[in-house]
Amino acid sequence: MQPAVHAADLSVVRGGRPVLRGLGFDVPRGQVTGLLGPSGCGKTTLMRAIVGTQAKVTGTLQVLGHPAGAPELRSRIGYVTQDPSVYDDLTVRQNLDYFAAILDPGRAAAARRRDDVARVIAEVDLTSHADALAGALSGGQRSRVSLAVALLGSPELLVLDEPTVGLDPVLRRDLWNLFHAIADRGATLLVSSHVMDEAERCHRLLLMREGAILADDTPDALSEASGSVESAFLHLVDEADAHANADDTTTAERQEQAR
Amino acid sequence: MTPSAETAPPGPGPGPAPGPANPSARARAFSASRTIATTARVLRQLRHDPRSIALMLFVPCVMLLLLRYVFDGSQRTFDAIGASLLGIFPLITMFLVTSIATLRERTSGTLERLLAMPLGKADLILGYALAFGLLAVVQSALATGLALWALGLDVIGSPWLLLLVALLDALLGTALGLFVSAFAASEFQAVQFMPAVIFPQLLLCGLFAARDTMHPVLEAISDVLPMSYAVDGMNEVLAHTDITADFVRDVLVVAACALLVLALGAATLRRRTP
Repeated sequence: MQPAVHAADLSVVRGGRPVLRGLGFDVPRGQVTGLLGPSGCGKTTLMRAIVGTQAKVTGTLQVLGHPAGAPELRSRIGYVTQDPSVYDDLTVRQNLDYFAAILDPGRAAAARRRDDVARVIAEVDLTSHADALAGALSGGQRSRVSLAVALLGSPELLVLDEPTVGLDPVLRRDLWNLFHAIADRGATLLVSSHVMDEAERCHRLLLMREGAILADDTPDALSEASGSVESAFLHLVDEADAHANADDTTTAERQEQAR
Repeated sequence: MTPSAETAPPGPGPGPAPGPANPSARARAFSASRTIATTARVLRQLRHDPRSIALMLFVPCVMLLLLRYVFDGSQRTFDAIGASLLGIFPLITMFLVTSIATLRERTSGTLERLLAMPLGKADLILGYALAFGLLAVVQSALATGLALWALGLDVIGSPWLLLLVALLDALLGTALGLFVSAFAASEFQAVQFMPAVIFPQLLLCGLFAARDTMHPVLEAISDVLPMSYAVDGMNEVLAHTDITADFVRDVLVVAACALLVLALGAATLRRRTP
């Protein structure tokens, strides 16, 4: 089966500066893939490129068998931005009612929409806050409203940008259980994080740094070599730096010889 | 999250079957139900903000009341200025409301979210125009009713024509606000656009001095500004019993400007941003 996301030689330029440089990777279907790396390494840009909201993307980027950003994909991908994007002056349920009406419009779908809204509110554990204004909720609760919007219509691909930031450990565990339940139903998840201890909860990991992919492997394979994902990451960074330095030295030497 | 999510896929939810979850979810250029859903959402947001509604509806009325007694000694001046203001109030209010509302939509990330969903740009823009248009109808009806029946504004033509011009002005204000919000990075800047976009039109529209008595350069500029036609249309209704050719021209110019600026506003909505 073709992967959910296939990238080859993928580059993005923002403000005249390359943010992603020639990435190539696959995100397998029906799994939770973690996108790990320090903040500022290009995770959000990569996610926006996959969702189709990023401008100046070059190279190959196929999502669910279509070029990223194709109109056919708009109802098949759920995307959660880092900052919750919901209407603060609407209640949780009113927010979801509106986005559900955009995804599945028409009066004939009203009953289906009502069920779907009730389901996603329960999945993010906000049933008791369904009639509270989104602006009156805590940060963690608002980001769960944003997540609930992305769960509407059960999309085939969920792209989640740091969905667990600022949540307490119990809530974080519950959310990861939900992600796995969604993957078990056949959907694909791409979850970014800058916390390395979330790595072991993923089926597969993409380690990113400075707009490049350092590793693309399972958490077990990565930690086997160095003991943990974090030390594997550090090892890979050192290796990459050493490589870059070696390149610099050879260039310098060549320049020296040329003189 | 809830135990049920782990143990059993929740009952009626249509699991993540391959292929589009529902065929109607495909993006079209325009969908009536998505437009209406957007209108309903904008009105619902307003309902949580009764103070804004009250300000929008009653400030124009208070201004007219004030004006009536400022010109207590000269009913004719009140007639001329009052009729012009009936056209200008909806334009200014809707400009402000729309520019701030769409700016908030841009900065809160909801616009990006909507444009990543199967929502047509026309759905969003018409949804906003419809919601604020409805509000403008109520505002204009209140202001016109007050001016005609309580304050004795002497209008020879039909009050319905006044309402029509007011509605088109409101649409123009909505369109301008939508367009301008694309160039404002913050609410602060958006408010500053009001003096920049509205005040020159206010000065040149014939409210302070008849347009044909202005310097020829200014007169030429006022000929291409839409508010001049809005005010002119109001004055036509004030002075003539039936629909004049000038009135038809005024209405057409304002409507065409509103549509043109709405289209420009749609062009500023980008699905892909840097």
